[in-house]
Amino acid sequence: MTGMYTQALNTPVAATGPEDDDGERTARFQARIDAGERIEPNDWMPEAYRRTLIRQISQHAHSEIVGMLPEGNWITRAPSLRRKAALLAKVQDEGGHGLYLYAAAETLGVTREELVGQLLSGRAKYSSIFNYPTLSWADIGAIGWLVDGAAIMNQIPLCRCSYGPYARAMIRICKEESFHQRQGYEIMLTLAQGTEAQKAMAQDALDRWWWPSLMMFGPPDSESQHSDASMRWRIKRFTNDGLRQKFVDATVPQAQYLGLAVPDPDLRRNQDTGHWDFGAIDWAAFRRVLGGDGPCNRERLATRRRADADGAWVREAALAWAARQRAGGQPAAA
Amino acid sequence: MAAPGEPARGTPLETPLWEVFVRARDGLAHRHVGSVHAADAALALQAARAVYTRRGEGVSLWVVPSSAIIASDPADRDMLFEPTGSKIYRHPTFYKVPDEVGNM
Repeated sequence: MTGMYTQALNTPVAATGPEDDDGERTARFQARIDAGERIEPNDWMPEAYRRTLIRQISQHAHSEIVGMLPEGNWITRAPSLRRKAALLAKVQDEGGHGLYLYAAAETLGVTREELVGQLLSGRAKYSSIFNYPTLSWADIGAIGWLVDGAAIMNQIPLCRCSYGPYARAMIRICKEESFHQRQGYEIMLTLAQGTEAQKAMAQDALDRWWWPSLMMFGPPDSESQHSDASMRWRIKRFTNDGLRQKFVDATVPQAQYLGLAVPDPDLRRNQDTGHWDFGAIDWAAFRRVLGGDGPCNRERLATRRRADADGAWVREAALAWAARQRAGGQPAAA
Repeated sequence: MAAPGEPARGTPLETPLWEVFVRARDGLAHRHVGSVHAADAALALQAARAVYTRRGEGVSLWVVPSSAIIASDPADRDMLFEPTGSKIYRHPTFYKVPDEVGNM
């Protein structure tokens, strides 16, 4: 799934670094961006650009890693071997995508250990979408279709973002991810064409995942006061509302094909614009979940912390073994 | 994806960084695809296989300690590479050969 799960979190950090006082270098940097050049790790960059990228890319990476949990919940209960193999492959992809993104963030001068520490301490955020539970098998279909669909919508423009390592990671992720949304939609289609109970299960999943998926694009543009810098730096190329509308326009006909109802009484085709107008989003709920009070926030963090603690002896043993090999097979000096 | 030769700016890495190169198929050169963290070379190869070759991307892997890569300084870019811009006599199109001579 992956995605640009950084949603509202991709807001630039205020410029405070002393280097930013260097007007000439900053102007030259901006000129490179304006000319469509890519910035590479060793190039000079304003500290605010560096910090904004570290935060956005690492939050994106955390989202990939935490995003393995809701789907992992159904691997042992997938309804067939075909579904199980696909779900395993998808969850493994999310792990891989997290690693590509951590590596991209590390090129900006932060260590993997620091980034993982920020996630485990609760300091770093990840996409609020993964704080909802997966209650039925249909949720696996809805996540692939809607959550990956929203993520792809967000990620495609990032393939052209100004920071080279991030753009390259996104190209790889987008390539690998195209199967995720299709496998989700196929699950939904199978359920929608099944028994009444299966169809009801699909509808229930759509009912629960629709609004959180729309929230993935972040707060409305009117409240997103920091977009300007990210736009100027070409980290971000489209506004939250623009991408959200694009997602709704693409997804509503897909729901219609399934014969499922989008849970929005205000949803209607605007004859003048050709877009689908939709109802008000509950932003208070969004902030609550992002702020730590969603249905699964505590469980997700607890699971990550347990995985980290349970794996500690493996990391220690591997490092000790490597140290011993370097020392010529003798026990490493303490 | 890590910058070759770029020293970490933060705390020292506990688990070393390796650059990963994949040969897509015989006849092609190994190409840099990204990086992994691993305690030693054998684990780095295993991690590289899992992270970078899930869809038949290649037939051979190299992992190289990132610290072993020496990179040119971006600040020297013009000094190093710009002078070749004016040396157009290094290209075949610089030289005139009459059409009657044919393809050369």
